[in-house]
Amino acid sequence: MLARDRDAVAEALNLVEDRRAGPREAALELLDRLEREAPFPGAPRIGITGPPGAGKSSLLDALVRHLRPRGERLAIVAVDPSSPKSGGALLGDRIRVRAAAADPGVFLRSMAARDRLGGLSEATRAAVVILGAAFDRVFVETVGVGQSEVEAAALVDTLVYVANPGTGDWLQFMKAGVLEAPDVFAVNKADLGATARTTAGELEGGMGLGEATDTAWSRPVILVSAREGTGIEKLVAAFDAHRQAQEAAGALRERRRRSGESWILDGLERRYGSYGLERCGGREALRARLAEGPAASSFARLTELGREIEDALRKPA
Amino acid sequence: MTSARAPERERPWVFRTYSGHSSAQASNQLYRTNLAKGQTGLSVAFDLPTQTGYDADHPLARGEVGKVGVPIGQIDDMTELFQGLPLDRMNTSMTINATASWLLALYVAVAEQQGADPKLLQGTTQNDIIKEYLSRGTYIFPPGPSMRLISDLVAYSVDAIPKWNPINVCSYHLQEAGATPVQEIAYAMATAVAVLDAVKARPDVPAAAIPRIVGRISFFLNAGIRFVEEVCKVRAMTALWDEIGRERYGVTDETLRRFRYGVQVNSLGLTEAQPENNVIRIVLEALGVTLSKNARCRALQLPAWNEALGLPRPWDQQWSLRIQQILAYETDLLEYQDLFDGSRVVEARTAELQAAARQELQNVLEQGGVVAAVESAYMKQRLVESQSARTQAIESGEQIVVGVNRFTEAEPSPLLAGGQSFLEVDASAEREQIERLRAFRSRRGQAEVTAALQNLKDVLAAGGNVMPPSIRAAHAGVTTGEWADALRALFGEYRAPTGVVPRRVSTASPRTREVQERVKTVSARLGRTLKILIGKPGLDGHSNGAEQIAVKARDVGMEVVYEGIRLTPEEIVQSARDEGVHVIGLSVLSGSHGTLVSDVLERLRRAGLASLPVVVGGIIPEEDAARLRQAGVKRVYTPKDFDLTRIMGEIVDVVAESDPAV
Repeated sequence: MLARDRDAVAEALNLVEDRRAGPREAALELLDRLEREAPFPGAPRIGITGPPGAGKSSLLDALVRHLRPRGERLAIVAVDPSSPKSGGALLGDRIRVRAAAADPGVFLRSMAARDRLGGLSEATRAAVVILGAAFDRVFVETVGVGQSEVEAAALVDTLVYVANPGTGDWLQFMKAGVLEAPDVFAVNKADLGATARTTAGELEGGMGLGEATDTAWSRPVILVSAREGTGIEKLVAAFDAHRQAQEAAGALRERRRRSGESWILDGLERRYGSYGLERCGGREALRARLAEGPAASSFARLTELGREIEDALRKPA
Repeated sequence: MTSARAPERERPWVFRTYSGHSSAQASNQLYRTNLAKGQTGLSVAFDLPTQTGYDADHPLARGEVGKVGVPIGQIDDMTELFQGLPLDRMNTSMTINATASWLLALYVAVAEQQGADPKLLQGTTQNDIIKEYLSRGTYIFPPGPSMRLISDLVAYSVDAIPKWNPINVCSYHLQEAGATPVQEIAYAMATAVAVLDAVKARPDVPAAAIPRIVGRISFFLNAGIRFVEEVCKVRAMTALWDEIGRERYGVTDETLRRFRYGVQVNSLGLTEAQPENNVIRIVLEALGVTLSKNARCRALQLPAWNEALGLPRPWDQQWSLRIQQILAYETDLLEYQDLFDGSRVVEARTAELQAAARQELQNVLEQGGVVAAVESAYMKQRLVESQSARTQAIESGEQIVVGVNRFTEAEPSPLLAGGQSFLEVDASAEREQIERLRAFRSRRGQAEVTAALQNLKDVLAAGGNVMPPSIRAAHAGVTTGEWADALRALFGEYRAPTGVVPRRVSTASPRTREVQERVKTVSARLGRTLKILIGKPGLDGHSNGAEQIAVKARDVGMEVVYEGIRLTPEEIVQSARDEGVHVIGLSVLSGSHGTLVSDVLERLRRAGLASLPVVVGGIIPEEDAARLRQAGVKRVYTPKDFDLTRIMGEIVDVVAESDPAV
């Protein structure tokens, strides 16, 4: 993986999606090694989220077109919701991100959010770690339907919210409190002119309504047009500025650690329920243990705590 | 009392046959033979590289040259295509869209060579990009530039070639994509409105020219088997177009508001099973668009009975031409006034369709018109939904298709006995076309070509009309690929939304639930959900079938990477590996399955993915299917395989057989 072998990357992604016991063990071992051995901080991890129709995929396409000539090797994880009825999913991003087609410098993997509508599958984080080791920059695209923004923020170093001008979508998200999560706002379809500028203005004005998680970073609102390719350079500059700001403040390691903890706890809760967590002292106690625990990878910690909970569940209450 | 008879026998509509294949020379022979048999107009089918703007030696053209139509790579091809056919006396319909202005430029240039007056040229360029985005798939550029090219052609032709129909607004492909009659009417009208609005907004088009331009807009319709409803549909369109001309464009001259349309009767509904029945279907479908005098088609082309099997031979096309001639000359159809005026039943159904279509048209206009409704996938999603409903009705037997889901017992058809019952394109056609193109490139005057291409770019960049510099480029010896590349550099390329995200998942039938369970079982053994890649290699853009498969695969619980159209084998293999799919489904309708599928298999082998199973769907004759299976393809599906649930079950089997873990 660290040698950037494309076949190995694809196989590793198959492995981490595998739910059988044997491959699962192997996957955790691989991820554990990767998290410990890959140099920190590795590739920037950037989340792209926003409501359906905001043009997230087109924006990704424009980003690929902008970044590829700079020689950056890019990876994209595109997460689409699964159908709650059949469990199936239509993963349509390969069509929309045309710049990725047949370019050996771009790797695109579509994943279904198997757990629930808009939710991110557990394998997404593993995919981010794998692709982060083998590529220069990793994008994670998710449909914003509420809570998933918060989850997306935990997977990446920088979360971009793509706003759709003139729809007022962002206001709904603001009310739901999820606009606290993004680090950068991109108002797409700037080619619409006044409508886009109004939305940008509203977002800037409304920013005070939601407390930013990071007070040292002033969250920019950037007008972009995926269609015309305008504003993309500014957007990339904002990604890089955010990364530098985090590194300067030592916040990147902290963000990854915190998000790792949340990911472990969410994973445990999905598997064993809040009851399982209670048996080992509850979510907050477990979080405290993770914070002071040894420097193992989040994947190793997940396995370890999982075993502990299973043991606890086997004993009579 | 008014007489039932028309004052004199009506002149028949123009008889055409959609044809062209292999080379300009072979197609020219075919046209001459057809005209000698009493055909009265030409209908040129171009091959896919010509339609999508690639030279015959471009990698994407591989396997597609001369397959679904004639390859026209430069002016000499066009000259040869019309050798001995004086263009000022022809009526030529050209099914050409993204590259319409280029093919018309070549046509005008050849007319000039022949010494014909362009003002006398009669015919039609299809030039309707909207249905390409929705169904047919031979678009190149984004909607904005595409609409500009369309309106350039319209604005140019109104004075320079005034008898030409600059656009044939197509509802044909909408019906093929699943449109109900209401959707068919509404979306065609919405397309015509978008074009006229764009033309009206041009500074170089005087307001006084608008009524004449409205009068030049023609339509291209489909006629399905429900021929009573089709009679009502064409009557409703006639009334609605008159209304739009009067109210939206203020056209006072009633003759300029006439709904003028040509027809190709439904090819998609023709069956592979008991194919002789298709002749009866074709006759009935022809009635739908000829019976009503006041809403009769201006031109008609009938498919051949064996189109679901392969390319029709000259004899098959002759049979269809004879249908038209019998209808026009033997029957008394053309002796009467309109048969339906005053019919309460027909008028009521017509009014219903007209009202519902008017409402849906309004709906699209309120969303910002037809371009916005393409970009938002609104229309495409409606079509995919209607199509799903249709395929389900056939699968459940609710909609009867004789010989397919009912009355399937049949004697062996003598029509299919005795060897091949369709045309095989000469395998050397592609190589010869490439040789011709290369020879042409080396003998043309390079300085003129360079200057003409520069002029084309300059004029377009300055916002000028595409036609004059294209005609100059045609004379200079620019190739189809060079012309299109110049425009690609300026306008960029586009991929239309696929619409394979229908909002509702249909309620699963017991058979579907059974397959869902099997998908779950196999997925558990595989360790992750069964993942399938669906895509269309080559240049064929007819994506309706692939989309239906994608939706169904999702409904049975698979994870579907739908990759859409115009893929190179290389792209397919890269995606399959990166996505970690368990099976690949390829759809090819252009007849180039041989080259494209073997290329995919070969590349899979080289990528170490030889065990990854591949299934293929398309218009694939049995001999070819056997060859594909021998090469390693696990299953081959053709139009007779209408039962999508069964196909899904088989794909699960294929995955189970191919994976050692299962």
